[in-house]
Amino acid sequence: MSAHATTTTPQVEKLTIAQAVKAALRQEMQRDERVIILGEDVGKDGGVFRATEGLLDEFGERRVMDTPLAESGIVGTSVGLALAGFRPVVEIQFTGFVYPALNQLLAHVARFRHRTFGRMHLPMVVRMPYGGGIHAPEHHSESYESIFLNTPGLKVAVPSNPYDAKGLLAAAIRDEDPVIFMEPKLIYRAFRQDVPAEPYTVEFGTARVAKEGANLTLIAYGAMVRVAMDAAEVLQKDGVSAEVLDLRTLNPLDKDAVIGSARKTGRVVIVHEAPRTAGFGAELSALIMEHALLELLAPVQRVAGFDVTFPLPKIEGHYMPSAARVVRAARAALEF
Amino acid sequence: MPRTTIYEAQTIRLQILMPDGSVDRSLMPTVDDGQILALYRGMATMRAVDEKALKLQRQGRMGTWAPLRGQEAAQAGVAHALEPEDWIVPAFREMGVLIMRGVPIHHIMTYWVGDSRGAVHPDFPRILPTAVPVGSQLLHGAGIGMAMELRDEPHAAVAFAGDGASSEGDFHEALNFAAVFKARTVFVIQNNQWAISVPFSKQTVVSSIAQKAHAYGLPGIQVDGNDVFAVYVAVKEALEQARAGRGPSLIEAFTYRMGDHTTADDASRYRTKEEVESWEAKSPIARLRLFMTAQGLWDQAQEENLRTEVEGLIEEEVRLMESRAPLEPGSMFQHMYADLPWNLKEQMESLQAEVAS
Repeated sequence: MSAHATTTTPQVEKLTIAQAVKAALRQEMQRDERVIILGEDVGKDGGVFRATEGLLDEFGERRVMDTPLAESGIVGTSVGLALAGFRPVVEIQFTGFVYPALNQLLAHVARFRHRTFGRMHLPMVVRMPYGGGIHAPEHHSESYESIFLNTPGLKVAVPSNPYDAKGLLAAAIRDEDPVIFMEPKLIYRAFRQDVPAEPYTVEFGTARVAKEGANLTLIAYGAMVRVAMDAAEVLQKDGVSAEVLDLRTLNPLDKDAVIGSARKTGRVVIVHEAPRTAGFGAELSALIMEHALLELLAPVQRVAGFDVTFPLPKIEGHYMPSAARVVRAARAALEF
Repeated sequence: MPRTTIYEAQTIRLQILMPDGSVDRSLMPTVDDGQILALYRGMATMRAVDEKALKLQRQGRMGTWAPLRGQEAAQAGVAHALEPEDWIVPAFREMGVLIMRGVPIHHIMTYWVGDSRGAVHPDFPRILPTAVPVGSQLLHGAGIGMAMELRDEPHAAVAFAGDGASSEGDFHEALNFAAVFKARTVFVIQNNQWAISVPFSKQTVVSSIAQKAHAYGLPGIQVDGNDVFAVYVAVKEALEQARAGRGPSLIEAFTYRMGDHTTADDASRYRTKEEVESWEAKSPIARLRLFMTAQGLWDQAQEENLRTEVEGLIEEEVRLMESRAPLEPGSMFQHMYADLPWNLKEQMESLQAEVAS
């Protein structure tokens, strides 16, 4: 994979995803004074998940702006800031709060380059913690990447680990086009990983083989990569060698990695926590069918969220795709 | 606890040039004869472009057009107050501002015939494209004004919207963000009384848009939007404040949309001929002409010369617009991203094969 570090002194830090996000923000702000942060509670409070902690002290309130509580206002003013030469990194506190900003995102952020015939463009990043499983109140658990994937002009990145979180966010901030950066809050602090202390980028459109395998491919992104890895471990005990593909960015998509793995194993299970119908799994499934039909040994399986409103904490565990559910889908593919 | 007054406010209306062509000398801006003639010429050009566009539309040579008839002073007054380094954030009826800033007419028309090459002009990197989603562009104006403030640039952004937009959330968020961040932004709301078929009285129960500024802590003023001097004075003052980092302003230009909302609309369905005629008597162009005539600046011969000159100019601009090489269908893929991703490349090649066959 084309993740690369420019290491002069080989130095690593053990970071969580949330800390890796902060490290990328900090280094990119040091690197480029046009990078600014806007959002609710991103300043003094350091963000409700502390992803911007300390940045106000380091960079001042002209670069780390606590804004009025208005998502459309945050994204809409960032459009203006980007047009005037800044590189805004917006924090939307939860994906479930992004709806007031959808008009700005869909009608303007995604379209500016196209509607100006390439004469104006918006280098901006909209970060948002997404996903369920943390026993949060209503509207705090959504995974609505499909909205953004069906909006040409946006890029969508979803890291699954601290290394990718730092490298993908740095790449997003350096990108000339707008990026929706969805952070898996279920695993914000779930584990630490050795992350290079130096700045580096992870190239968009390059999937990561999280585990090599021969009999079956599990495709996942974000928090579901861990679920897929757990499922692969269970399958391994039964002698099934599962490959786990971590997409890292959904748009651009590493088509060759998806099709290559599907052709190699002939069996694919796609895992995401967003609702199943018209979810990204449907797109992946169609793509695999178009390019690997004759190599397939079983129908592509989807383990996804149900087509329901995200349930409140008492039963949300039953909504979330689990390793057991992935294993069942894998067996269905293996026994087809 | 006693009851105390925590806030009191008043809202001013400014008028300098009356419908009969007389002016309030004490309020007149310092404009020389050349500037007055330039304003008149600009307004006459807008009117002629508007009339030509409507004719072209009926002939099938123009897409949907949003007529600006009646709003010439509201646009000329703003355009005249702008400096080249100021930013312009239009809604969708601000062709007049662009014409006065020197954007070629054929280029403006190119957008309205449905060709995105006309959306923005390379020589005017600080003029944003037409914004159709009502009110959404005001936030872009606030953001640009924030950028000017953050970098301490002595320039400002003018963001336009109409009366209907004052009901949108983005209007309120834009005023609030601009005030909180001391954006170098001037919001110009052309209150043309109609949001398609809905009258101003149904947008709000208050009597002006200008007074809404009080709620966000920025100055608001209503001007007679058919009085080019009043518009110019108010915008000039607001721009000077903004450029100097003294904060944003809201200006309501109280005017009237003489035409239909767009060529897809029929305003006779919802408003009376009498109402339209009553505004014809307040015409922004006629009153400036009366003033200029009384000043000895203008006569019938000059009027006829100008008309002939502008008509010739517009014919040439239409010719330029229509002689432009057709837009390649494949171009729709080209500016989605800085680079062409594989899926767009595939789709573009498939379209090109389809077009070629």
